[in-house]
Amino acid sequence: MSDSFPRGRTAIAGLATFGVGEMPGYSSIELTAKAGLQALEDSGLSLRDVDALYICQPDDFFAGLTFAEYLGIQPRYTDNNRTGGSAFMSHMASAALALDAGYIDCALIAYGSNQRSNGGKLATKITSNAWDLPYAPLFPLTSYALAATRHMHEFGTTREDLAAVALAARAWAQTNPEAFARGPLTLDDCLSARMVSTPISVRDCCLVTDGAAAIVMTRTDRARDLAKPPVPVLGAAAATWWNSIAQAPDVTVTAASESGPRAMAMAGVSPDDIQTAQLYDAFTINTILFLEDLGFCPKGEGGRFVSSGAIAPGGSMPVNTNGGGLSYCHPGMYGLFAIIEAARQIRGEAANQLPGIDLALAHGNGGTLSSQATAVLGSMATL
Amino acid sequence: MSGPEAHWRAALAEGRFLLQRTAEGTAIFPPRVAAPGRGEPTLEWFEASGRGTVYSLSWIQRRPPAAPYNVALIDLEEGARLMSRVEDVDAGALAIGMPVEAFIDRSGEEPILLFRPAGDRS
Repeated sequence: MSDSFPRGRTAIAGLATFGVGEMPGYSSIELTAKAGLQALEDSGLSLRDVDALYICQPDDFFAGLTFAEYLGIQPRYTDNNRTGGSAFMSHMASAALALDAGYIDCALIAYGSNQRSNGGKLATKITSNAWDLPYAPLFPLTSYALAATRHMHEFGTTREDLAAVALAARAWAQTNPEAFARGPLTLDDCLSARMVSTPISVRDCCLVTDGAAAIVMTRTDRARDLAKPPVPVLGAAAATWWNSIAQAPDVTVTAASESGPRAMAMAGVSPDDIQTAQLYDAFTINTILFLEDLGFCPKGEGGRFVSSGAIAPGGSMPVNTNGGGLSYCHPGMYGLFAIIEAARQIRGEAANQLPGIDLALAHGNGGTLSSQATAVLGSMATL
Repeated sequence: MSGPEAHWRAALAEGRFLLQRTAEGTAIFPPRVAAPGRGEPTLEWFEASGRGTVYSLSWIQRRPPAAPYNVALIDLEEGARLMSRVEDVDAGALAIGMPVEAFIDRSGEEPILLFRPAGDRS
């Protein structure tokens, strides 16, 4: 069954990040509202134009209701899809379909968390299921460690390869003033870092930061007349293959191998056409798995691909050009930040702007490699 | 009458490690009300051999003097996979592909399924 998607008929009209890094004294919904209002200002639309909300907060299962009340609007449609960090790509897919159908006219997709200032721990109530819980895996970290161990066993991936992902992210972050972690980082720092759950050390883990992000989506014909160049959504697809990592048939192959090809087919592009990829790097193994599953290198070659320098500044496939979840920010769920960096690259306003970006991919991951969602964004030239 | 999860836990408390299988013979874990992907409610309980091999593993480090502990994914001989811990094994010895066998640990509040290297009865 092939997907039907309104290629390019809806677009990101506005975007904003707020409070990236540390923002003490703000609640999560305050950060989210600030990002949402700034994204509207960026687009030239106003709060009165918003008739649909898409949100997934770390600490509020009724976040859609909270957000509508907080903003003081009565949306026609409120979507609280909660697949983890991939939720925001799913939000984009749903919003594109609803906008194109005329069911809604203006979607605000937002996220925010104060998890760094509010205790410094991952702010989620989600944990392992009852079958896994007695064995005390670190949630979600050990699940990723299990995937990494197996990937090393099958394909010869090394801790140096994992470190190459962290080093590339840091190199991008060092020239992004908004990035939280910009200090020096060496291979030796990574290899000698405190081990958490083998083979994952603290340097293989994403940051714990505050931060909020928001995008405004509308139909492209309307976005043409707004404040900023529209960033059309060419394709977006989500795939769910399991919840617990114990239920993965093969922990080295994720549902990105489904969501990626589907999203790229909708967009009419292949991996070779994508000029930059923003991949949800909760842990260093994620980047390796997603590079393979999305088709940027063959299965099993991800470790050697990143160690070749391909994803770092100057490489052939620039990945996480803002510094990613490893060095830019990670306020619990990162998906929307990946979307925004892809859109900024297409607009030409990224901190580490690459020349002539017309096609960018944003990939989100949720749960324990469970839910994968991919969005392909283009410039107006790709329509 | 109870659901399959309660049935499985009651059996474990009696010292039996159960699995379900579909009409085609595919082993299922965790227990379900119907065959995953098919929906057929005709699942049959059977006693697992307890034999398996390590599919993947991770050692979780703790602040000394607490020792590291492992979390492992075990491929059961019958075909299903589950998360567990392998006891009586050093970090250097536990490896992917190692044959293991199940036992029921009753030291905690609830009985849980653990594994040890196969043939190691110490």
